[in-house]
Amino acid sequence: MSTTETGTTETPATPGFVLDPVALTPLADARVNVELDTGDMILNLGPQHPATHGTLRLVVRLDGERVVAADPVIGYMHRGYEKLSEFRTYPQVTTLINRIDWLSSFANEVPFLEAAEKLMGVEAPPRAKYIRTILTELSRIATFLLFLGEMGLQVGALTPAFYGFRDREHILNLIEAVTGGRFHPNFNRIGGVKDDLPWGWLGECRSAMKIVFDACDVFEDLVLGNEIFAARCKGVGIIPAELGAAYGVSGSNLRASGVDWDLRRDGEPYLAYPDLDFKVWTHPDGDSFARYWVRLQETRESARMVLQCLDAMPAGAVMAKVPRIIKVPEGEIWVETENPLGQMGYYVVSKGATGPFRVKIRSASFSNVSILPWLLRGVFVPDIITILAGLYFILGDIDR
Amino acid sequence: MSERPEASDGVSPSDASARTGEETETAQAPAAPEPPALSARQEAMLARLAEHLGDAVIESVPLFTDVVARVRPDSWQRVGQVAKEHLDCDYLSFISGIDWAPAPKEGDEASSDTSSPVQPSEMTFGAAGSAGRFQVFAHVQSTHRHWGVTFKADLDEADPRIASWVSVYPGADWHERECREMFGFVFDGHPSLRPLYLPAEFEGHPLRKDFPLLARVVKPWPGLVDVEAMPGGPEAAVDALAETGTIETSDEPASS
Repeated sequence: MSTTETGTTETPATPGFVLDPVALTPLADARVNVELDTGDMILNLGPQHPATHGTLRLVVRLDGERVVAADPVIGYMHRGYEKLSEFRTYPQVTTLINRIDWLSSFANEVPFLEAAEKLMGVEAPPRAKYIRTILTELSRIATFLLFLGEMGLQVGALTPAFYGFRDREHILNLIEAVTGGRFHPNFNRIGGVKDDLPWGWLGECRSAMKIVFDACDVFEDLVLGNEIFAARCKGVGIIPAELGAAYGVSGSNLRASGVDWDLRRDGEPYLAYPDLDFKVWTHPDGDSFARYWVRLQETRESARMVLQCLDAMPAGAVMAKVPRIIKVPEGEIWVETENPLGQMGYYVVSKGATGPFRVKIRSASFSNVSILPWLLRGVFVPDIITILAGLYFILGDIDR
Repeated sequence: MSERPEASDGVSPSDASARTGEETETAQAPAAPEPPALSARQEAMLARLAEHLGDAVIESVPLFTDVVARVRPDSWQRVGQVAKEHLDCDYLSFISGIDWAPAPKEGDEASSDTSSPVQPSEMTFGAAGSAGRFQVFAHVQSTHRHWGVTFKADLDEADPRIASWVSVYPGADWHERECREMFGFVFDGHPSLRPLYLPAEFEGHPLRKDFPLLARVVKPWPGLVDVEAMPGGPEAAVDALAETGTIETSDEPASS
């Protein structure tokens, strides 16, 4: 009542601040016109930009707010693993390839060891295969939980990032309890795994999966249900299925474009995946929102797969009988697996020595990011960040 | 130290054959890719290769669960197009190179130098063979038929040069740039073969076998066992006594 009184009485009396809006309008228009006349601007994004998760540098040519051309500059973290592998023995190489995709190190080791084991004619015992499957899926969950939180951060929502880091910690604790390392387990051996699971770990793992399911529900409500998130991500960074495949985009990024292809189901059978019952999720849209949605579903699916493995865990040894000095017979092999970031493959050439002759490392992020020059053309500057976050790459996986 | 591999017991047959070398070459045969029956995917792929690429394929062999086809280098461009259109391989996995030259022998297991695995000193070629030192190889796959094939093509050693796949698979862009700087292969028709990883002023092609790994050149391998005994150390005393034929090591601790 008093406010209405003061409001009505005070509005006419504003001395000294009389602005004529009409007088300002032509001036503003003129200024805008002058700015629009400027030529293209080169914007250097990175190599230390927080949105790039490492040292990715993007040289972007801008026309106003719109990207005319984008050129990713990689190699700031090139460590030459293909060359180094030629100077290492097979057991030593696993230490290197741990560091390719450092968020899911365990999953990196699996295809290389499969390659060495197949060349040697050694097969890991069933229990070792199940332990490998569980740890691979756990690293997938850890990787995706971080993504589910980080993606919110990139569109300006701070809270999901904390949830992502907090819930990932439960998974990292599980991995640490088995392997002794949070990020670089180096737990795989040719012919099996280093050790059996610790006492009581199966129960711990089971309860942690409940946390994962809860976390996924939280992210679904908090991020996917958020209008601002949808507005920032829907229709942004659309990858057509055919073009994505021709660029070598793989994994969740390609499934978010509607390609129903998962090497765990469609590739050559490896680990315990033929025994598991799981669904491959796809989304027809192909935009950043679809990529988030697919990864959210895959996190749940991975937790379900871990539970299935826990139920069906076979007993027995965790190491096959392998010689003390590992020499791999002459031959070559291509082994690929479905890693959290996409297709990870090794083309291993052996000449019968203790170390490989040539290792071609096919990492997922390298091809996923190679589509950026096409994908970023014509988008607005703020969308660059959403697209980078949605593609979800690890710099070590690009540079190797 | 060199006796250790022989002394290790409980080895599997594969190790025994790998260690003793030539005379048990036949024992390695089970590990070779021939015995397992071809999968349906491999049979279908081999049939399609013969149908659509007939004369361009020099040799095609099944390799574990994969198929390797060595094709004529002059039809490399056509191979890419056929792979995409007729083999339904819509997905480019990678393009890279191999240098089959023997590795420079740096490590020497006899003197406990394990700094690098000792590779054979003669040049041997992998699946489907090769005409020379350099080969380019690429893996393409089908996302709906779920098969894949590895193509190989021989390159001239003096002038390694082959057609680019960028017009067929746009993802070949980065792979070919990487291959250019790491092996020195030239891809005709590539829009710009700038360096990808390495700085522009970098000299040499690191993944060629004759390019030394500098870390192993400038610094001695830390795993190398010190073969020289410390002067006046216990080993020297034992050696001196052993030479004279009077080994009295058991008395020494008691006297001192």
